[in-house]
Amino acid sequence: MKFTTSDNTIPATASEPLRRFLQVARGAGLRVSAAEGIDAARAVDVVGYTERAVLKQALGLVLAKTPDEKALYDETFDLFFKHEALAGDGPFGEAAPGADEDGAQPQGGESALALLLLSDNRGELATAVESAGRESGVQNIRFFTQKNLYTRRILTRMGLRELEDEMEKLRESGTPEGMDNAALLQDRLDTLRASVRDLVERNLLLYARGDTEAFREQLLKNARLTNIDRRDLERMRVLVREMTKKLATRYAKTRRRRLRGQLDVRRTLRKNMGWGGVPFITVWKQKRIEKPRVMVLCDVSGSVAAMAQFLLMFLYALNEVMADLRAFAYSGSLIEVSEILEKEPVEQAIVSIMQRIGYGSSNYGNSLVDFEEGWMPFVTNKTTVIILGDARGNNNDPRTDILARISQRAKRLIWLNPEYPALWGTGDSDMPRYAPYCNLVTECSTLRHLDRVISDILESTR
Amino acid sequence: MDTSEAFPQNVLPPDETKRLMDNAPSKITPAPTLKAIDDVDAGLTAAGYIPNRQIATAVYLAHHLQKPILVEGPAGVGKTELAKSVAAWMNLPLIRMQCYEGLDESKSLYEWKYGKQLLYTQILKDKIGSVISESDNLARALDKLHAFGDIFFSRNFLEPRPLLRALEQPSGAVLLIDEIDKSDQEFEAFLLEILSDYQVSVPEIGSIQAAVAPVVLLTSNSTRDLGDALKRRCLHLHIGFPDEKLEARIISSRVPGIDERLLRQLVTFVQQLRTLDLKKLPSVSETIDWAKVMVLLHTSVLDVTVVRDTLNVLLKFEADIEAAGKQLAAMTHKAQQAAGIA
Repeated sequence: MKFTTSDNTIPATASEPLRRFLQVARGAGLRVSAAEGIDAARAVDVVGYTERAVLKQALGLVLAKTPDEKALYDETFDLFFKHEALAGDGPFGEAAPGADEDGAQPQGGESALALLLLSDNRGELATAVESAGRESGVQNIRFFTQKNLYTRRILTRMGLRELEDEMEKLRESGTPEGMDNAALLQDRLDTLRASVRDLVERNLLLYARGDTEAFREQLLKNARLTNIDRRDLERMRVLVREMTKKLATRYAKTRRRRLRGQLDVRRTLRKNMGWGGVPFITVWKQKRIEKPRVMVLCDVSGSVAAMAQFLLMFLYALNEVMADLRAFAYSGSLIEVSEILEKEPVEQAIVSIMQRIGYGSSNYGNSLVDFEEGWMPFVTNKTTVIILGDARGNNNDPRTDILARISQRAKRLIWLNPEYPALWGTGDSDMPRYAPYCNLVTECSTLRHLDRVISDILESTR
Repeated sequence: MDTSEAFPQNVLPPDETKRLMDNAPSKITPAPTLKAIDDVDAGLTAAGYIPNRQIATAVYLAHHLQKPILVEGPAGVGKTELAKSVAAWMNLPLIRMQCYEGLDESKSLYEWKYGKQLLYTQILKDKIGSVISESDNLARALDKLHAFGDIFFSRNFLEPRPLLRALEQPSGAVLLIDEIDKSDQEFEAFLLEILSDYQVSVPEIGSIQAAVAPVVLLTSNSTRDLGDALKRRCLHLHIGFPDEKLEARIISSRVPGIDERLLRQLVTFVQQLRTLDLKKLPSVSETIDWAKVMVLLHTSVLDVTVVRDTLNVLLKFEADIEAAGKQLAAMTHKAQQAAGIA
């Protein structure tokens, strides 16, 4: 896992503000390579800095490569410029409003910070905050939990300790003037604290978003699917889509591989008719690698249902590389749900399947009988059968004989069990009884497991 | 906020700038006509293509950075048309390559002229005696034959296909690689050399460098995700549906002589149609077709009957026509209001 955005990958040719922007863009999750950084610098060279709208479009053309990235880029660009303007830093921001000249200067103020606070020069104060922020490395902030740490660090760097000492002294002096001054300082310090916090939050927003997202995604990929929070479902969907897209492109490609070395004589002759049959162009036999045919039997009894949802989401997202997918759901008995899944998006389909058959106590024997009666003839030597379930049949007859027959007919029989392997065989679990008939029995409880299993299935058809 | 302050002028020291410029493909000198983005705007408009600011900026940048543009967007928003218009405006030949599954380099880059080679072999066979008769020993005879061997794999026997043709144009060209997403991933990888260096390698001859870098446009309908390597080498331009004002300008340039009020109604109607949940939203090209139909029918006011009769010009799916059918009256009414009729 990587949390650092090293500076040295940003090309030195980019100017300072552009460099900072590229860093921010990376923080926000845009992938900006060194080459793209150079392109950005060249683009800026061509269009200049004068018109912000043009600059935004030009950089957008170079940096953002998908609609999603475009939206992210637009947001980041605007945020960055708001930030730059607020920073009040040299040529990048507007000059902060000057101090109010009139009005009596309060007495006291020995430490530098106290003087600065008492002078009430907001421009200078903002500059001081900004430079203290940079010195304490606030742009390296990655997690919201670090907010207090960085606020404290910046204040310390600005001389908080000296100020507090001075305020203490003023209060101890006991004079009404001293007390007033201390109160005034405290007041201004609170304002300062708020603005430092602001700065830290802005930096968190700018630099840390991408990393936080990445961190969250890592967590989700490894989280047990039965424990996924409702609020994370949307993110999970995106993740599943991404993972399946990767799988689909990987396996779609290999389906049309050339078998060099086997000449297709008939087609070669035909193609070279024009040259009197002299084979200038050779035609090679191509082997079409067949798509896998998959039958999935999903346990939808309470505990396994969440898992089933993700498995089905995965499989349906892969329809591009799957020739034929038939899905069945069972708990007490078994029904085919392919049609429901075809008509409705997976998330809703799961709900309606659950309403029809879910939540009962599972009976594996019964369900296997249903399957044998209704669909056994469709299991051929090209079919991969996947069974998803915890194999807890509530002490009913497991009917392993049926599973044996399925195993004989099918190309492969895979059992995915969402329980920890240590629990298999305990209590009413029939897993050890079923296991001998399966080509593969594996624990499958996280997205990462799913990814691996599906990839295996696709691999085996090469 | 004033942006001239947000980014300082002349941020690059002179030697840095020079270094950057040296990195750029050196042989290629940009045509002097493109001084500002407005020039692009004016030029494309004159060629009959009304660009938005984003498109004009992309063409301008592509010209100055010598980078290809990858144009994505729904079908019919004018991706291919953009290439045609750039060619017409810059007065360059347009070389178009349509991508499809199974496209390979022999169809896209070059092919040897086998027939010609065969013919020449036959001639050589007849003459072989006279050619080597002068040589008194075998080594000399072989030397002579080697010289012929090289001739057979020279430029004379090379049949240039679109990509090579685009590189060979003496005054430059506009190369349109259409629907790159339909091609195989291998082909995409093969394109990389051409897109970044404007050169191709022919094993028997060596690498061929473009005399003048062509303006390259790639289009994609996003039927599959393109590789990162390809995307990185391109400027990425997404063309969406135009807004009302731009669409009206496009229609009036494509369908000259269309009544102003009819135009307002058409555009307002189509814009409403795009807010519905349809399988295939109507594009600019469909709006243009519809406008032509309306002109042919001498319609001046949109009413529900006319719309219903001609809706199949805009919507290409039965389900879509059905879905839109219920709201035709409301949308037509609104369109009339926009034109100040109702």
